[in-house]
Amino acid sequence: MSDLRGLYQEMIIDHSKRPRNFRALADATRKAEGYNPLCGDRITLYLKMEGERIADIGFQGAGCAISTASASLLTEALKGKSRAEAEKLFTEFHALVTGKTDDGAELGKLKVFSGVSEFPIRVKCATLAWHTLKNALEGGETATTE
Amino acid sequence: METETETQGRTFDVARVRKDFPVLEQTVHGKPLVYLDNAATSQKPLAVIQAEEQFYLRDNSNIHRGVHELSERATRAYETARIKAQEFLGAKESREIIFVRGTTEAVNLVAQTYGRAHTGPGDEILITAMEHHSNIVPWQILCEEKGARLKVAPVNDRGELELEELIRLMSGKTRIVAVAHVSNVLGTINPVRAIVEAAHARGIPALVDGAQAAPHLPVNVRELDCDFYAFSGHKVYGPTGIGVLYGKAERLEAMPPYQGGGDMIASVSFEKTTYNTLPYKFEAGTPNIAAGVGLGAALDYVNAIGIGKAAEYEAELLDYATGELERIPGLRIIGTAREKAAVISFEMEGIHPHDVGTVLDQEGVAVRTGHHCAQPLMDRFGVPATTRASFAFYNTKEEVDALVRGLMKVKEVLG
Ligand SMILES: Cc1ncc(COP(=O)(O)O)c(C=O)c1O
Repeated sequence: MSDLRGLYQEMIIDHSKRPRNFRALADATRKAEGYNPLCGDRITLYLKMEGERIADIGFQGAGCAISTASASLLTEALKGKSRAEAEKLFTEFHALVTGKTDDGAELGKLKVFSGVSEFPIRVKCATLAWHTLKNALEGGETATTE
Repeated sequence: METETETQGRTFDVARVRKDFPVLEQTVHGKPLVYLDNAATSQKPLAVIQAEEQFYLRDNSNIHRGVHELSERATRAYETARIKAQEFLGAKESREIIFVRGTTEAVNLVAQTYGRAHTGPGDEILITAMEHHSNIVPWQILCEEKGARLKVAPVNDRGELELEELIRLMSGKTRIVAVAHVSNVLGTINPVRAIVEAAHARGIPALVDGAQAAPHLPVNVRELDCDFYAFSGHKVYGPTGIGVLYGKAERLEAMPPYQGGGDMIASVSFEKTTYNTLPYKFEAGTPNIAAGVGLGAALDYVNAIGIGKAAEYEAELLDYATGELERIPGLRIIGTAREKAAVISFEMEGIHPHDVGTVLDQEGVAVRTGHHCAQPLMDRFGVPATTRASFAFYNTKEEVDALVRGLMKVKEVLG
């Protein structure tokens, strides 16, 4: 049970039930789709870039609590950040959810996903939005966590 | 006064049956294992594990090619398993039993041999909306190659096949009808006898995907009169890596071979090769001999239990589980066919199946979550995925209760 509470922390449940920035951006400059064929999770991520800066960000889609909350918290964390900052956060986030570090000093709220490292098969859920972000930034089309 | 259940419970001694399955005696995350993922693969009784072990300990050798004692023993063991499979399916002859890797390979074999030989541009292959990907994709590959079209008969809201619609879709262009005997998602038992009859009346052969039927229903291919019947060893309490394709002898005789290689030939020269007789024509290369032997042991085991008795007991479990799950607020069962095997797919309002599966796992309850290799069916019911509990004759009502308690925990954690 303690593992479960570690995974499904209140903030995660809250963001999965009331995802923030859950909308398509009409003026998006970049868009990417992410898909996890294993569980059917799908998200579309919209970015409005101003130069190297993420001026606005939104997402839509359907998924499990972990992937939805992860996408929601990602949008909150990245609004206003530069591309380089976003990439650095992804590296830290990835290390956190795969149990390679529990430091994640710069992750802020995103540290709430530390419990994922106890559930290796859920890592894909937690990182789907991030892989999709990477594709959007690189101008790719569809991300998959398979 | 005795209830009916108690009377039936006595005829089926589940506690004794469970002792035959060593894997069931363990804890997972500190809770007793409740294995409800039998539609994915069933557990193996000790008799099967020992049959494979004994084969490797004593008899291991290649088959059909040595003159030595071990090769003879191995050949005998493998061919005995074929006869057991023949009897299990009620087939007329053992040469109608082709050993394959599983249901998937069986369907591919028919699509690539019978299908390729008989399908041309504008022809049609007829399936249903509740097929497993393994009874969809091989036909799509065939259709793509030949310029043929895949036709799909619909299912109704209960998850029952719309039989009239299927029959209406049978035309002079239909080259084969391929249907699941039992749906792995909905549990629906299809009226296979009626389907085969309607197909034959129009001169169309029928293939039945029996992956989910063979473990749970008595099957007799001569009564069904189907042209092909496929099942997987690992779902009928046998090993992985072995399965059966039954085909009527006259159909198989007329078909070109599947793969080329050793064992499937009578003679080879660079000018001309003549193929071996049935069933070997379709069995190129060294097969999974030990798994074949294990499958034989599994079929013996199932026969000793009695598949009819097992089916009765599983029906009782299904009734009980359905009643208990229906009482959980916000839970919707997908697949409420009147003729149903012990498979329950469901969704929980506002909670993704993946999360349901994770919480249940922490409670020791193993279920499957996802699209169950039936994405078109998920689309039909408007869900991205479901949670599925699938039962075997070694499951108990207490395990159903554990599932229900687990689902309460799901609501507590995620509700
Ligand atoms: C209805 C049905 N058909 C076919 C298959 C494929 O069986 P296998 O993976 O053993 O080839 C399955 C297994 O999941 C099934 O449930």
